[in-house]
Amino acid sequence: MSLAAAEAAALVVEEGGSLRRDAWQRLRRNPSAIMGAALIVVFVAVAVLAPVLAPYSPRAADLSGIRPGFVPGPSAAHWLGLDQQGRDELSRILYGARYSLLIGVVSLGLGASVGMLLGALAGAFGGWVDNLLMRLMDVMLAIPGLLFAIAVAAVLGRKLSSVMIAIAVVNVPIFARLLRSSMLSQRESDYVVAARSIGVSRWRIVVNHILPNAVAPVIVQATLALATAIIDAAGLAFLGLGSADPGTPEWGRMLAETQRYLQSSPQLAIFPGLAIVLSVVGFNLLGEALREALDPKLRR
Amino acid sequence: MTVSAAPLLEVSDLRVVFRRRGRADVVAVDGVSLTVEASSTVGIVGESGCGKSVTSLAVLGLLPRRGVEVTGSVRFRGEELLGRSESALAAIRGRELAMVFQDPMTSLNPVLTIGRQITEVLERHKSLAGADARAEAARLLSAVGISDGVRRLRQYPHQLSGGMRQRVMIAIALACQPVMLIADEPTTALDVTIQAQILELLRRLVIDSSSALVLITHDLGVIAGTAEVVHVMYAGRIVESASRRELFARPRHPYTAGLLASVPRLDQPRSDALHPIAGSPRDTLPWSSGCAFAPRCPRRLAECTDGAPALVADGFGHELRCINPVPVEVASP
Amino acid sequence: MLKFVVRRLVQLVPILLGLSLLVFAWVRALPGGPETALLGERATPARVAEVRRAYGLDRPLYQQYGSYMGRVVRLDFGQSIATQRSVASEIRRRFPATIELTLAAMVFAIGLGLPLGFLAARRAGTALDQLSMGGSLLGISVPVFFLAFILKYVFAVKLGWLPTVGRLDVLRTVSHPTGFYVLDAVLTLDFPTLVDALRHLVLPGIALGTIPLAIVTRITRAAVLEVVNEDYVRTARAKGLTAGVVNRRHVLKNAMLPITTVIGLQTGLLLSGAVLTEIVFAWGGMGSFLYQAVFDRDFPVLQGGILFLAVVFVLVNLLVDISYGLLDPRIRVR
Repeated sequence: MSLAAAEAAALVVEEGGSLRRDAWQRLRRNPSAIMGAALIVVFVAVAVLAPVLAPYSPRAADLSGIRPGFVPGPSAAHWLGLDQQGRDELSRILYGARYSLLIGVVSLGLGASVGMLLGALAGAFGGWVDNLLMRLMDVMLAIPGLLFAIAVAAVLGRKLSSVMIAIAVVNVPIFARLLRSSMLSQRESDYVVAARSIGVSRWRIVVNHILPNAVAPVIVQATLALATAIIDAAGLAFLGLGSADPGTPEWGRMLAETQRYLQSSPQLAIFPGLAIVLSVVGFNLLGEALREALDPKLRR
Repeated sequence: MTVSAAPLLEVSDLRVVFRRRGRADVVAVDGVSLTVEASSTVGIVGESGCGKSVTSLAVLGLLPRRGVEVTGSVRFRGEELLGRSESALAAIRGRELAMVFQDPMTSLNPVLTIGRQITEVLERHKSLAGADARAEAARLLSAVGISDGVRRLRQYPHQLSGGMRQRVMIAIALACQPVMLIADEPTTALDVTIQAQILELLRRLVIDSSSALVLITHDLGVIAGTAEVVHVMYAGRIVESASRRELFARPRHPYTAGLLASVPRLDQPRSDALHPIAGSPRDTLPWSSGCAFAPRCPRRLAECTDGAPALVADGFGHELRCINPVPVEVASP
Repeated sequence: MLKFVVRRLVQLVPILLGLSLLVFAWVRALPGGPETALLGERATPARVAEVRRAYGLDRPLYQQYGSYMGRVVRLDFGQSIATQRSVASEIRRRFPATIELTLAAMVFAIGLGLPLGFLAARRAGTALDQLSMGGSLLGISVPVFFLAFILKYVFAVKLGWLPTVGRLDVLRTVSHPTGFYVLDAVLTLDFPTLVDALRHLVLPGIALGTIPLAIVTRITRAAVLEVVNEDYVRTARAKGLTAGVVNRRHVLKNAMLPITTVIGLQTGLLLSGAVLTEIVFAWGGMGSFLYQAVFDRDFPVLQGGILFLAVVFVLVNLLVDISYGLLDPRIRVR
């Protein structure tokens, strides 16, 4: 994954701006890019406009229709029905997009910036700095990702912010390695060697040449990492590691809470599940399309 | 006409079009006709991209089936090859019609031993297996000048030098004594000193086995000592055909003349500068709007861009696609 | 080859040291620290002091770490707080379940992904190709617990074909000489148990194997597409070899290089990371074990378990590198 992305970066350099323009052209013509972007736009719009779109409050319960073992299904008043506590399922799913987006963006932003900072330090300085940082990343990568996130969340307590930090921590070594390796491949490239040979200072080479070109694979990875962040956030919520407030309409938690209604009301799990899948598919589609667009060799 | 009188290979009006999604088609080979007689050596010369390699791949049916349109006719021993099924072609390939490719570095499978890559042909076409096949493979290696064959059989391609690998490719091609061998730039990827050895080897083996040889190259020097008939290709078409002697002595197409002038020759004084052909193969006119070579041609006339010239006999033993050919010097001073 | 293996094992040492430090620090960072984990939050100060002494928590950190590592190198991971059994014996009991589940998932992923990816590559651009690529994109986009839900709903609730939780029917009592239930059933010639164990493996195997399936399909397709355009495949065709031989001996054999790497990587990930699947299907393996340990603050289990899984992960990767050397003669000779 990172290898292909690194190659994409190398190509961006070789052909400079024209390739970036080409990439944009390819992206615009790729139907899966359009579909992915459309899903993301819908997802973001729902998250931002949830208070406007949602017909009910996500926490207002109407227990009148709820009987043991029976939850009312979709109706004209409640398009997706009620949940096990008499709350409007549609409103909860719309509000759920906010949590997914918030957790995804914050954890990615945090993880990617810390990771890229470490990667840039390792790539720019090399030597023992590089060695130390990369061994540290190896250690982090050797712990299973979700278990790592669970452990971090356990230390920080049941808060939304601890989920964000947990997922961010998992992302750190990924971005650190990615940026470092793509910087290294840049460093050996002809134009950097050429710049060095005419006496451009090391710092200027890094800032003006290496970093901008090494960023292409990071963009691809960031898009794909958003998809993973949404899945991981849902997974943590599913395991009960989300916000301490049980009323929070997180998709993963909604899925977990309705496990017992598997037999009678499968829709209670299917709707939040589909919401997760659709938003994740959106980021994955766009991420794949971006990678294809940036690396012509992948197109066949 | 009896069957025996038919040429070994008869290509007529071969046309290969690459269809590209969303972009214009590319006509790689545009109406090529040529014949190869049994036991003869034919040269096809041209710059890279002129369609000479595509022609050879089309003859063997090695072009991808999808996105490529091959029309015309390829008759081998009197039988049409175009449109044959993959399995029917596979029965001929390697047995009667073999091929040696340009780059011996990439043309051998890196994860199989040399021995396996030779014996699998013997297994397929000669029903040799086990120790028999290995013994034959070792014999083939010594025939192409590789000593210590038994040890070499157990080695992998990366353990051999480039020249060595091309010898292996030749051993594979000649394993089943094919009646015709197509060698596509067999020496281009090799060191100059090795080139001559490989050419000599090819020539000797082809003479010994009396098979026909089609030698495809961009380098007239490769053809010089070998071919009986030479076809010069430009932009997918044959622009001049003649016997080797005729062609070298009296090139008539300005492109052929240009190719010859750009080759250093030992029989000319060193003070003569080399004359490269102007422009690059990219400066090509589509044949539909005139002579494709016109943009680079020193003998270009206004009429050259009026329409594509036809391939006609010039009366001096050449077939020529040019309306203003290099004049024949009647008597040299 | 031996030198290579030894070098890789030596490289493992700093990673393990780092890991042990990290886990050690993690335990001390837990709210309340290890003593709360042991005693709960309402213990008397006297009791806390007693426990701190008993576990050596009153000593300086470097001493605690030193004595901990001293025990670890003797494979003594201590005792689980929750079960009072040794961590080593707990791992011995749980790890076979994880291996069994991982194998089931990888059999599913490879058995389906390899032919699918190959076909997709050979028919690149066709409906089959687009369908398999779309399917694999969907495969990596579905959270495993949602997939598990759908599988349970369809095959257990609606169709009633397969069991949804556990490794065996709860009413079944059998002996487990190895802890691998399928293997146990074969060894004891217990045919009904074998069928039962296999039936219990199907749904968790599919749920856990879906992401590897998607990844194996894609890498196979990409690798085959790369290889079919290689010159040596053209040579193989020019030799007149049959399509089957060209595909098997020339295309697939070379394409297996990247595919093997991915398969190994995925196996390593599954062996160490099947937390969600194991919980949803109540599968008593390492994932659910460590997850429970996080909530129980069972730090000896976490310390030992995470170190153990990390070693497994690295060893699997080492195996991949070795098999890579066997597949590719260019690497074998150095």
